[in-house]
Amino acid sequence: MPRPHDRGGWPNEDPIDRTEHEMEEWERRVDSLNSVLGEKGLKNTDQLRRAIESLPLEKYEALSYYEKWTAAMEILLVEQNVMTTEEIDQKMQELERARS
Amino acid sequence: MTEAESVRFGPGDKVQVRVATPPTHIRTPVYVQGKTGRVDAVYGAFHNPESRAYGGTGTPKQPLYRIEFAQTDLWDNYRGPADDKLLIDIYQHWLDSAD
Repeated sequence: MPRPHDRGGWPNEDPIDRTEHEMEEWERRVDSLNSVLGEKGLKNTDQLRRAIESLPLEKYEALSYYEKWTAAMEILLVEQNVMTTEEIDQKMQELERARS
Repeated sequence: MTEAESVRFGPGDKVQVRVATPPTHIRTPVYVQGKTGRVDAVYGAFHNPESRAYGGTGTPKQPLYRIEFAQTDLWDNYRGPADDKLLIDIYQHWLDSAD
């Protein structure tokens, strides 16, 4: 059974979703952060792809393009001991609180 | 000068894609595995992404080829024109000679 990113030939008669959307600010930021991490030697494209492919099926199916990048960057930063999951979760809670 | 595997195939050579689905990062989709195609172009040697994906050096570099397959060889009940082709980039360590 191929893994979820290995899409070719999965039986599916659904029409192809060709809808476009304007890039949102957070998506531009994710793209920029990806470049910064690359320049700092904290990730390369192959590592990013590998991390995206390691997402569990439900998550892979549910996340949008740049959400997948975000999840993959978190995996790579935690793996290299740049940040811990706890630090990231704590920051997310702070941001949520500030917003509400 | 980075070490590179020597080029084994040339344009026109028949090649068969190896079959393997390791749990690691690979660049060879399942739908071409085991299929026989033809070398359409030799791009040169590149760092191996299957090593780079884990922070490795990607050496020795692997020759990368553009391989041509008949779509009718890839899909059961292919509904497009009979002469439709697929061109796909495959690294040498995934290829065996089929001549």
